[in-house]
Amino acid sequence: MTRKQAIRRGLVGLANYGMLPVLVLLCLLFSVQTITEQQPEGAAAGRALAAAILARTPPRPRVAAFVQAHEADAALVQALAAGLEAAGGELVATARGDAAEAARVIEAAAAAGTPLAALACTRATAAWPAVRAAARDHPTLGDPPVVTPPGYLWPQFLMPANIRNVANSISIIAIIAIGMTLVIITGGIDLSVGSVIALAAVLATLLIRDGIALGPLRLLGGSLEATPATMIAASLVAVAVCGLVGLASGALITVFRLPAFIVTLAMMLIARGTAKDLTQSESVYQIPPAYTWLGGQSSLGGIPNAVLLMLLLYAAAWVLMHRTVLGRYLYAVGGNAEAARLSGVPVTRVLLFAYFLCGLLAGVGGIVMASRTKSGSATYGEMYELYAIAAVVVGGTSISGGEGSILGTLIGAFIIAVIETGMNLTHVPAERQPIVLGGVILGAVLLDRFKQWAWRRRAAPAD
Amino acid sequence: MPADTPPLLSMRGIDKSFPGVHALRGVDLSLAHGEVLALLGENGAGKSTLMKVLAGVYPPDAGRILLAGAEVRFRTPQQARRAGVAVIHQELNLIPALTGCENIFLGQEGSAGLVSRGAEARAAAALLARLGLSVPLHVPCRRLTVAQQQIVEIAKALLHDARIIVMDEPTAALTPLETRQLFRIVGELKARGLGIVYISHRLEEIFQVADRIAVLRDGANVRDCATAAVDRPALIEMMVGRALTEEYPRRVPRIGPPRLVAEGLVRGRAVRGVSLEVRRGEVLAVTGLVGSGRTETARLIFGADRPEAGRVLLDGRALRVRGPRDAIRAGIALLPEDRKTEGLVLAHALRDNFALPNLSWLSRLGFVRRRLERERYAEYASRLRVRAPAPTERARNLSGGNQQKLVLAKWLARRCNVLLFDEPTRGIDVGARYEIYRLINDLAAEGKAILMISSDLPEVLGMADRILVMHEGRITGEITDARRADQRQIMELAVRGAEEAA
Repeated sequence: MTRKQAIRRGLVGLANYGMLPVLVLLCLLFSVQTITEQQPEGAAAGRALAAAILARTPPRPRVAAFVQAHEADAALVQALAAGLEAAGGELVATARGDAAEAARVIEAAAAAGTPLAALACTRATAAWPAVRAAARDHPTLGDPPVVTPPGYLWPQFLMPANIRNVANSISIIAIIAIGMTLVIITGGIDLSVGSVIALAAVLATLLIRDGIALGPLRLLGGSLEATPATMIAASLVAVAVCGLVGLASGALITVFRLPAFIVTLAMMLIARGTAKDLTQSESVYQIPPAYTWLGGQSSLGGIPNAVLLMLLLYAAAWVLMHRTVLGRYLYAVGGNAEAARLSGVPVTRVLLFAYFLCGLLAGVGGIVMASRTKSGSATYGEMYELYAIAAVVVGGTSISGGEGSILGTLIGAFIIAVIETGMNLTHVPAERQPIVLGGVILGAVLLDRFKQWAWRRRAAPAD
Repeated sequence: MPADTPPLLSMRGIDKSFPGVHALRGVDLSLAHGEVLALLGENGAGKSTLMKVLAGVYPPDAGRILLAGAEVRFRTPQQARRAGVAVIHQELNLIPALTGCENIFLGQEGSAGLVSRGAEARAAAALLARLGLSVPLHVPCRRLTVAQQQIVEIAKALLHDARIIVMDEPTAALTPLETRQLFRIVGELKARGLGIVYISHRLEEIFQVADRIAVLRDGANVRDCATAAVDRPALIEMMVGRALTEEYPRRVPRIGPPRLVAEGLVRGRAVRGVSLEVRRGEVLAVTGLVGSGRTETARLIFGADRPEAGRVLLDGRALRVRGPRDAIRAGIALLPEDRKTEGLVLAHALRDNFALPNLSWLSRLGFVRRRLERERYAEYASRLRVRAPAPTERARNLSGGNQQKLVLAKWLARRCNVLLFDEPTRGIDVGARYEIYRLINDLAAEGKAILMISSDLPEVLGMADRILVMHEGRITGEITDARRADQRQIMELAVRGAEEAA
């Protein structure tokens, strides 16, 4: 086997495995590049601190702790006390708050005249002047060392906060990419999804702020005092409108046989224009803080709600595509519409469904976005259609239709997110990042081409 | 020709493997100046692969190619073309929007990138005149007939100074008249010293046109001899590897009451008032020249196109067919003429293709019952002897015969009562043909109504109980006792139709 053949075979193998190895490779790369000393926090820091103190002081140490007044440090103190007690030591004093509080605690300890074995601190509190000067200013303390939790080496990239950040940052694009995958598998395209995001966000926030009144009956609205029911109803109405926008695109494409590219391009302008017109290009922010439940910091078991929603939608889409008759029809229409029609597939209805769902999911993306920012603006979602298409293509779905997978799109979306956050962590200038992203998209399409070569070579030639 | 001049083409010990398939096992082939060599073999025997090696599409794993005694190695199709090897594919390679003239000169427009229309037109016309042909060269190719497009392809080959022309199933879409004209052109090319490799499944053509016959089976040479040295049964036996006692399986027709009745179907100029009926257990053949409205009639019955007038009755009840979906539900199936573009989703798995029209009963509450689907596919694939590595293989990787069997399988599983076959054996080898014929007979024996469109007159005569001849959108003749008819009778009906129309 020549070198050239070997390279080609390698590429083909890679292509057959999909883009998962690429994602894993990227994660590894950024992990290695971002290995830094990490500071433990909370209970883990408390345990580490207790161990460090016990290792360097005489038995049964008496210790004073200096921490800030937040939750993580409270957990630290609790774990520290437990660790010390287990070894017969004692946490005799705890300063919670600021440097002044620390000074008071040190004064009190010095006044009591009992020597301390160590001053347990975090990185932050160890820098407080009172702590740094304690041994010098108060000889009665017995020259206690300042001990901080030891750091450890770990990739910044693999920190839970960063992983959450990656998932959260891509959740909106990943959600709209589901609809885009369906549409592309049928052999179409939907360029309007970015604008539909803005439309959904604007509609939902406007409905919450101003509401709709039916005569004397106020159906929605309530501005900052809006109830959760109002917010949910407003969001659902916005999503439904977006579904109708998709349905309109689908109807124009199927009934009049217009090219999807042109129809959704027009719809992109119409949706964006409508959003701008409704808001007079101003941001809508008079909505209750509770609205951030979906896209904000709320989470279930550490997974942000938006990410959870994304995962649920992917699971549902996978079932749709791989287990239902409708899924088969979607693939068949994209693979060969005429053969599908002659096999009894209701081609028009299948296409309408694809565009309807695509609009609907773009609407959901818009709601997540409005919730995350607690406002609606006509500028939301610009270029998102292109990122969604990129995720679909990087995920291995053929742009000519009939082939592709929903999980591939999820991987594609994560590849984009990993590259973006990875480049931020490794301080690649923001100006240069799109270049890399563009290269990755080209690479994905090239891999797809290799896959097709592989096919043609594998194909037993038919006489 | 003196014995010591090297042959025009000599391929020696050509070997080619694809993963899992040993397509060619040391195949030899030679071709003399001014000779027509018929290359025969079943689907999958290696004919296409051998020709692709010759045309520079695949590099051979082993073996040598000599053109007039000089060894050549083609890395690309362009190199082969420059060396004088032209291939005219079954699916013609012309660009539909360009004129004949533009297609002939495509890729040869002159070095400056400027096109001299006048000079091109004169050169093309002169070229055709030398062959004694005339084709309108100034209309887009999509408006030419298949035969005319073929002539454009041949002219293109000659302009590239081709010395060897490979013709792959050239008569598949030609009328008998056009076929005769093609043979005249082939004679002309022979006289000019070109070598021609002629691939066809129609054996009667081979005896008319070929000087020599080379038979391949399972990627190896079986026989190479003068055409005069063999007869038809011997040829079939060489290709199939066993003797076929008869080409058309026998059947005792048991014909019942009318099953499918079409009344006064009209659509544009293609179908101008067609009424016909097919009875239970009957095989009705519809023949006629290409473009006579046969396919269009079947499409109207199936709901693939909307009729402007007329109605369809099934077992005495009028059908309301708004699309193929309704027809399928009523129990009508159409096996389209072009299985690649209309019958199959080529990029999808065999099993998915099989399931497509059957999902309504292979599912529950919208979810595919995958086990049932697997079982049914296995059942029908083995019943029809679909030869494929796995159910997940893509349809495009099957040979023509197996693709057709797959299309058959999906409709058989649907248990339709009326089957419309449009050119069921086009491009299919003798062995697979026989199996399809037997299947058609079995279906008829079950009481189903079969409408078979075919241009292959021996097939029409061998299979049909009754024959309709169409011309320009009308039924122009009927032969009620097909068993005693002959080809001349059919041709007379078709031609008489033409004369009456004129």
